Amino acid sequence: MAILEVKHIEKHFGETSVLKDISFSLEKGQALSIIGSSGSGKTTLLRCLNFLETPDQGTISVGGEVLFDASDPATQRESEIRKKRLHFGLVFQSFNLFPQYTALENVTLAKELLARERPDYKPNRRQIHDEIRAEGEELLRQMGLADRMGNYPHQLSGGQCQRVAIARALALRPDILCFDEPTSALDPELTGEVLRVIRELAEQKTTMVIVTHEMAFARDVANQVIFMDDGVIVEQGDPEQVINHPREERTRRFLSRFAEH
Amino acid sequence: MFLTVLNALNEGFLQTLKLFAVTLIGALPLGLVISFGSMSRFAPLRWLTRAVVWVIRGTPLMLQLIIIYYVPGQVMEGHSPWPGEFGRFLASCIAFIINYACYFSEIYRGGIQGVPVGQQEAGEVLGMTKRQIFFRVTLLQMIKRIVPPMSNEIITLVKDTSIARIISFQEVIWAGYAFMKGSHGYSGLIWPLFFTGVYYLVFNGALSMLFTWIERKMDYFR
Repeated sequence: MAILEVKHIEKHFGETSVLKDISFSLEKGQALSIIGSSGSGKTTLLRCLNFLETPDQGTISVGGEVLFDASDPATQRESEIRKKRLHFGLVFQSFNLFPQYTALENVTLAKELLARERPDYKPNRRQIHDEIRAEGEELLRQMGLADRMGNYPHQLSGGQCQRVAIARALALRPDILCFDEPTSALDPELTGEVLRVIRELAEQKTTMVIVTHEMAFARDVANQVIFMDDGVIVEQGDPEQVINHPREERTRRFLSRFAEH
Repeated sequence: MFLTVLNALNEGFLQTLKLFAVTLIGALPLGLVISFGSMSRFAPLRWLTRAVVWVIRGTPLMLQLIIIYYVPGQVMEGHSPWPGEFGRFLASCIAFIINYACYFSEIYRGGIQGVPVGQQEAGEVLGMTKRQIFFRVTLLQMIKRIVPPMSNEIITLVKDTSIARIISFQEVIWAGYAFMKGSHGYSGLIWPLFFTGVYYLVFNGALSMLFTWIERKMDYFR
């Protein structure tokens, strides 16, 4: 069964229709790449999944549970949304690390705050914090940042920042990890280290939705590719097929523009 | 003679410091409340606070002080709610707190809105509450941003306390001027008035050093 099911999502900003009847599903342990030109609605779609935007129509379900239903206000209560969004993790284009915290603190902060809501928090405080810290250190080691844990974001390169951001998102063990153009803000020579980390996550069967402009990466890392244009899904399917042998004229035009650059 | 003057000026500067401290203690939190009002999603509240800020910033502090001090007495037919030196101090405090809170609120607003939206969103995505985001993420970044404009405003406040002299609050300039008009058996002495400048200079110098220290304390992040 699909872990993520998105049905008939619509989103308008004023008069502009940004997402039109978006439906797709994703199996557990698989990766989905979303490609398309700027303004095609990719980022808005990702923000809808993470409850940063509220869709006007449609439903979002994770593991069979309807998390969001535009026609049911009960699913949109502030207090519940906070819990529900933990099904998703989001890695931003511009990292959005907290500048006043070290790499390790960035990774552990949210988890420590959440731990306070646990009924057994008070008596086991020490132990819980030690556990969270150890997990954070392990994640940063996996990201190849063992010697950078005590550094502040401004002391790190863009690629390192983005890897900290990935560790931060992973720390909450989301069901689905979303990436919003994770390498677009990076110098070309730094994209490799971030893409490598995401590839490793794909090998470990992390369920991911990746918005990207790296076509080769989108094809290699994903089990499924969606091409969006002007707020609609123009084509979706096997990565090899969508990127190397697109059926639709619009997909072909988009990809040929990419080949020129 | 020098000691007499010094004693009188010390006494005056103590009053200056009292007004300065009370204004700061009142206006720093009130300014934050006003800044939230001016950023409220509830439009009428936003308009109301912005109108108040416009009026308070758009008229002289001296005029506001005069209104607060004299108008209640006029309305209550001579029964001023501000009797004596303590009454003048109270009226000054209220006028200064309201006035400075409005200036501070704009600095806070700039500071809060200057923190990138992405910080808020990153917190939300990580399941933090609005409160946690404000206190754990936004606040310190805001403080870092507002220290330079705040230090400006606070140094101005030290000097602005002399405006309270208009309702005969006996701060340091008032004390210096007294030697010109005649007091403590002296009259026509002009240097005590000039000498008050030294008090302001020394105190503001210390404040500047404090602010530099705070800025350096927060240098560890960007």
